[in-house]
Amino acid sequence: MRISFDDLINPDLYPEYEPAPIFSDDTSFIDVVKPEQIKNSDLHVDEFRQPVVIVDNLHVKYEVFSSGKAVGNAGARRLLQPKLKGVRTVHALKGITFVAYENESIGVIGSNGSGKSTLLKAITGLTPPSSGSVYARSRPSLLGVGAALIPDLSGDKNITLGGLALGYSREQVEEMREDITRFAELQEFIDLPMSTYSSGMSARLKFAIAASKKHDILIVDEALAVGDAKFKKRSEAKIREIRDSAGTIFNVSHSMNSIKETCDRVIWIEKGVQMMDGDPDTVIKEYQKHLKAKK
Amino acid sequence: MTVAEEAEKYGLHRVGARPTLANYLKQTWQRREFIYELAKARVQSQNQKNRLGMIWIVLKPTFNALMYGFIFGVLQGPNKAPDFPVFVIIGVFLFEFFTTSMNGGAKSITGNKALVQSLAFPRLSLPVAQVTQNFLTLMPMLAVMFIYALILGTTPKWSWFGIVPLLALFTVFNMGIALICARVTVHVRDFTQILPLVGRVLFYTSGVLFSADRLLSHWPWMIAIFDIHPLYQTLQIARGMVMNQAEYDPWAWWVVGGWSLATLVFGLLYFWKAEERYGRAN
Repeated sequence: MRISFDDLINPDLYPEYEPAPIFSDDTSFIDVVKPEQIKNSDLHVDEFRQPVVIVDNLHVKYEVFSSGKAVGNAGARRLLQPKLKGVRTVHALKGITFVAYENESIGVIGSNGSGKSTLLKAITGLTPPSSGSVYARSRPSLLGVGAALIPDLSGDKNITLGGLALGYSREQVEEMREDITRFAELQEFIDLPMSTYSSGMSARLKFAIAASKKHDILIVDEALAVGDAKFKKRSEAKIREIRDSAGTIFNVSHSMNSIKETCDRVIWIEKGVQMMDGDPDTVIKEYQKHLKAKK
Repeated sequence: MTVAEEAEKYGLHRVGARPTLANYLKQTWQRREFIYELAKARVQSQNQKNRLGMIWIVLKPTFNALMYGFIFGVLQGPNKAPDFPVFVIIGVFLFEFFTTSMNGGAKSITGNKALVQSLAFPRLSLPVAQVTQNFLTLMPMLAVMFIYALILGTTPKWSWFGIVPLLALFTVFNMGIALICARVTVHVRDFTQILPLVGRVLFYTSGVLFSADRLLSHWPWMIAIFDIHPLYQTLQIARGMVMNQAEYDPWAWWVVGGWSLATLVFGLLYFWKAEERYGRAN
C-alpha cells in the first residue's frame, strides 16, 4: 500500500503528541522495600504484664511535592491545576506493631531517615496515622519545656512558667523551685533574664525544669545530656532517675553504647519497616551486620 | 477482640483523641494558673527592649487617638460628634482591645508551634492566654482613658462603674473572635495576611471616629445596620456612661450581650472540634 504525503501530515491519523511528564507519579524508586516485606504481624499482649502503649499496625504517609513542599501548604496550586503532577506519597512508616509494658525502657534505632522521629511523633499524637492507631495510658510527652519559656524574663519567673506549663500547681512549683535552681547550678544568676545566660546555662535550666516532672510515658531524643562534662554526668544520672520513676521510656539515639546501657529492649526500623524487636544485644548485632553489608 | 477493645481493657486510650467538651473545659480550667502566668509574662516581656518600657502601652493609643482625632475632626467639620476628643479617645482605646485580640488570637496556635508540639495541654489555653494578655494591657489604658476624660472636662459620675459589666461582655466577645480566628489560621495560613485589612475596615466602619446618627442621617437603612453592630453598640454604651451628654439606647445591652454569647459559644465549639488538628505537621 502506498502512503500518500497527505496522509503523512494529516493530524487526524496520529495521536496527539504528549510530552513525557517531568515528575512522574511513580514512587517505586522510593519504596525500595517491597510490599511483601511489610510485616503485618498481629498484636499479642502479654497478660501478666501491664501494657502502657499499644502501637497497632501503624502506617504514616506524607504527601509532598517533588519540590519538597507539603501539599497542604500549596492549596493555591492545587486549585489552579486540579490534576497535579509531581505529588509524591512518602510512606514513612509501614506497619509498625508493638506493645510497650510498664517500666520498660525501649530504644529505637535505625539509620538516618528510617522513620524513627516519625514514629515518636506518631506516639505523641502529633503526626496523624494514615491507618492503624496508637493507644496509650496517658499522653506520652517529650522531655523538654524550652518552648514554654520566655528569654526576656528572669530564670526565676521562667521556673514558674515552665512548671505551670508542665501541669503543676503554683504550690508545687514553689516547693520545687529550690531544687530546680540547685540542680541547674544557677543560684547566683536566677534573678537575671534568661537571655543573658550562656547557652550552657539556659540548657541546664531547661533540663532542670523538664526533669522535675514525673512522666508516665516519656520520649527522650538523643543528645539530651547537656552542659559541661560535670553537668553531663549529673544529667545522665537524673535521666536514669526519671527513667526509674517513669512508667515507660522511649529512647532514640545513634549511640549504640548509650542504647545498650539504658535500654532493656530495642526496636530496629529501616525505611519505615519494623525489622526487629527484641533484647538489645541481638538487635544491635543484627543492625551492625546490616550496616556493614550496606557498605 | 479488636485492638481497640483490648486497649480499652487495659485502660489505654487513643493518643491525641479529643476530649468531650465538658472535660475539655474542665482541663482548661485546671490550667488557669498557667494561662494567667503566660499572659502576665508576655505583657512583661513585650516592651522590655524599649527604653520607655511599659509606658508604650498607653503611649501608642494616645498617639493614635491624637492623629485620628485631628484628621477626622477636621474632615467631619460641623458633623462631628459633640465632645469630639473624648469621643475619639474612648473609641480608639476600646477598639484597640478588639484588634489586638483578633490579631493575637489568629496567631495564638500557629505562632506557638513549638509549645503546642512539645507539651500536652488543652490548646484552648493559648487563645485564652492571648485575650487575657490583651485584657491586662487594657487596664492601664483604661485608667489613662479616664484621666484624659477628666482633663478634657468630663465630670466624674457613678455610671463610670458601668464600664465593668460592659468590659466583661466585650471580653467574652473578643474571646469568641480570637477562638474563631485561631482555628481559621491553622487551616489557612493566608488568613493572617488579610487580617490587618479586616481590622482596618472594621475600624472605619464601627463608629470609632464618627457618630452614625449624625453622619448617616440621610440613609436610615444604614443606621439600622449600626443598631445591631456589636462593636458600634459597645462603644456607644461606653460613651454614654463616661461622657457628659452622650446617651445610648438601653437596647444596646441586648445587642452586645447577644453577640457576645453567640460568638463565644460558636467560637468554643468551632475551636474544640479541631483540637486534634493543632500542632500537626501538615
